[in-house]
Amino acid sequence: MSASKVGNRLSSKLDAELTPLLTVSAVSKAFGGLQALSDISLQVHAGEIFGLIGPNGAGKTTLFNALTGLYSIDRGEIRLNDARLDGRPPHQVLHAGLARTFQNIRLFAEMTALENVLVGRHARTTSGVVGAVLRLPGTRREEADSHERAHALLRRVGIAQHAHRLARNLPYGDQRRLEIARALATEPSLLALDEPAAGMNKAERAALRELLLQLQADGLTLLLIEHDVKLVMGLCTRLAVLDYGVKIAEGTPDMVSCDPKVIAAYLGDEAL
Amino acid sequence: MSNVLKSRWFTFGLLALGLALLPFLVDAGLGRSWVRLLDLALLYVMLALGLNIVVGYAGLLDLGYVAFYALGAYVYAWLASPHFGLHLPFWAILPLGAALAGLFGVLLGAPTLRLRGDYLAIVTLGFGEIIRIFLNNLNAPINLTNGPQGINLIDPVRLGGFSLSQPHTLFGFTFTGVHLTYYLFLLLTLAVIFISMRLENSRIGRAWVAIREDEIAAAATGINTRNLKLLAFAMGATFGGLAGGLFASFQGFISPESFNLMESIMILCMIVLGGMGHIPGVIFGALLLTLLPEALRYTGDWQRNLFGQIYVDPADLRMLLFGLALVAVMLYRPAGLIPSARRRQEFADAKG
Repeated sequence: MSASKVGNRLSSKLDAELTPLLTVSAVSKAFGGLQALSDISLQVHAGEIFGLIGPNGAGKTTLFNALTGLYSIDRGEIRLNDARLDGRPPHQVLHAGLARTFQNIRLFAEMTALENVLVGRHARTTSGVVGAVLRLPGTRREEADSHERAHALLRRVGIAQHAHRLARNLPYGDQRRLEIARALATEPSLLALDEPAAGMNKAERAALRELLLQLQADGLTLLLIEHDVKLVMGLCTRLAVLDYGVKIAEGTPDMVSCDPKVIAAYLGDEAL
Repeated sequence: MSNVLKSRWFTFGLLALGLALLPFLVDAGLGRSWVRLLDLALLYVMLALGLNIVVGYAGLLDLGYVAFYALGAYVYAWLASPHFGLHLPFWAILPLGAALAGLFGVLLGAPTLRLRGDYLAIVTLGFGEIIRIFLNNLNAPINLTNGPQGINLIDPVRLGGFSLSQPHTLFGFTFTGVHLTYYLFLLLTLAVIFISMRLENSRIGRAWVAIREDEIAAAATGINTRNLKLLAFAMGATFGGLAGGLFASFQGFISPESFNLMESIMILCMIVLGGMGHIPGVIFGALLLTLLPEALRYTGDWQRNLFGQIYVDPADLRMLLFGLALVAVMLYRPAGLIPSARRRQEFADAKG
């Protein structure tokens, strides 16, 4: 490979990093008297792994739910590329290209692993009742394509051997992988993962880390809530830290980990 | 491969022959009234498969399903009886009744979209009762339904000069009305089974099951839960409306009494007993719950033969045994008599 080619690739990568994919502007959300999110603003750039950390109850999952349309926000604006996401129902947010996983795994328990991923294809396919009943050529093609993609995704996350087992009967780590495969089946431009490593053992974490890096290498942008500091520090390009619904820091992992406000939030003021 | 295909066609052939001869065998063995019951059983198979889409696939506990059955029946009665003096042909009314029932499925489904489980059941139960009470009272100021007296002299299914209410002789066989009705109902039942099967393994069917399993995850996976729930209500109601039209033409008389809450619960029982969400189970449940209560009428004869006199009134004993059977099934086979492959697989996974 010539030097100029490498240079081109580097510069195009830098350009990509400067393109904001997700823009959250001054988002606020209150539950009764509790201000869960106050004026949160952040930008996730295309191609990066962006980490969202903070102590328990900081508002990380609330922000995820607001982003994905499960909660309506009181003020502010959420954009993915140029499309407004706030005020839209969850399925439209997904159509726009933002897929997610859940902290407490939410698979379709009585469906097989393969069927779970096939449900993920729903948003990107169109066949309806008539097509299904008459098995029209278009529907058959679409089904074959969906099955092919679903099998490929199961292989990709490493659970191809479980394709025909019920989701509820998969080992815990594989359930998390299946949730990622289902989200990937929706062809997202941004994948939001809510504590993907929770409850995983060391080997499972290492494998998850590999998978996430591979996804990034393939051009997917990741937004990650995670408690495992080691995983976050090693994986994320940038981080935002939430505490009591307020963003207290943002930057590279090195910058954030030295920030006195972050140390105070995690260890208490006395630690300073 | 070709052998498998051949044996499959052979099985199909045998099944078709069996189904074609069934009414004659039943007629010869058990009597004409049982052929009539067979017709009724097919009607319930259609109803149960329709409700199965709503309850079994989409997981929406609908206790007002009989309202759509009633609607289909009344549409048929209005358009083919002396009540309004209209006598349209059945092939025009049946689709119309089914479509209207489907529309009402959407109308009654829309306000319940945010409800789940018990709350949905209570509201749909209320809707079912509202329709029945409407039918009971809409004889004034304009006589729409003829109130509790119901509508009488409804036209039988007729195509040209060929009426299903009269016997016809073909190749030396005499086909009476109930025999011919059997073939019509069988044809439509097979169509309903076919549609159910195709839908189950489709993008739409998977989306319904996903909603049943976890509505929030389904929405976050890109499923428009509102539209798909309405579609489930509409599909189920359409089958209900179709069965209603057939019922009206078959009985020749309908009244609001035929469409009470007990009927809704009975159809739900068929699904639960047979195996929710599983087509063979639902069919079996519908056949069993239509035929078993009739068979239990013979308990009077058994008592007379055994003890020389009747100790328990067969009508009471019938319901008692029926109730016991339901309790036993729920205790020993909670997933239904013919549970789906999923349930069986779950069992296998648990062992392995």
